[in-house]
Amino acid sequence: MKREGPEPVHQIKHRRDGALRALIDAVPYIQTLGIGFDRRGDELTAVLSYSEMLVGNPMLPAIHGGATAAFLEVTAIIELGWSMIWEDVESGRLEPEAMTRGELPRLPKTIDFTVDYLRSGLPRDAYARARVNRSGRRYASVHVEAWQDNRSRLFAQATGHFLMPTRDE
Amino acid sequence: MTDRQMTIARQFIEAIPHARALGMELTAVGEGHAAISMPYDEKLIGDPATRVIHGGAVSALMDTCAGAAVMSHPENAGDTATIDLRIDYMRAAVPGQTIRARADCYHVTRTVAFVRAVAMDDDDDNPVAAATGAFTFSRTEAAT
Repeated sequence: MKREGPEPVHQIKHRRDGALRALIDAVPYIQTLGIGFDRRGDELTAVLSYSEMLVGNPMLPAIHGGATAAFLEVTAIIELGWSMIWEDVESGRLEPEAMTRGELPRLPKTIDFTVDYLRSGLPRDAYARARVNRSGRRYASVHVEAWQDNRSRLFAQATGHFLMPTRDE
Repeated sequence: MTDRQMTIARQFIEAIPHARALGMELTAVGEGHAAISMPYDEKLIGDPATRVIHGGAVSALMDTCAGAAVMSHPENAGDTATIDLRIDYMRAAVPGQTIRARADCYHVTRTVAFVRAVAMDDDDDNPVAAATGAFTFSRTEAAT
């Protein structure tokens, strides 16, 4: 009996990257801030490309605390949304093409979000990764860390609670 | 606001590129209080299905408003930076409506300013979001 070979790598990448892009492209505010996502398997790293519109203190200059908060919140929501759809994308129940046409899952809603500012955000790119510490049927708790030059020297971190979308919504 | 206060208020926002980019307008400031409004704009949308603006945009508004309240405190001697900010989102802002934030710097020490803020849309009785934050502060010598 001939065994079915592994799925071709380009097909896997097309599916995963397509789904991720559809998820992100649907949110105008993510484009406004200039946030992109790098993917390694299911792991996401958010990238905030530095631009002048992110500046809060032109004298230093430093990234606006509000832009940092928004960057962390976007990272948390996309991480949650991504972990929510991952299995459906992998099984083929959710197709990137259909997602691009607007058949998107509802995103989680923020209940509260607390940001710790550890250092001033320098005028250069920033990165963030989120960890879903708990994801129940209704509520999720997510922690996010952001850094610039060194992964171990965070410039901000945040914890947020989110309301998960109901399946039939 | 007097003409002079209006000028200062306008310059405050114009000096902050991110506040300008999000369309914020300082409508009142002084004595540890500030009010900033942010008109609805499609570029702020966070939920494509409902066209509700992103929580992050509300955070940016609250942070700016809280910072302005700290800066305007009579005992403030210098610049300020956010130490921490917690935002509670009570409900989705109604698409199309301007968000108005009000912040109150209710206590300062020699080094820290404590601020409360609230954000509303057209419904004054049901806030969209509330925030509490701590900011760096340097108190004028005369006040100590």
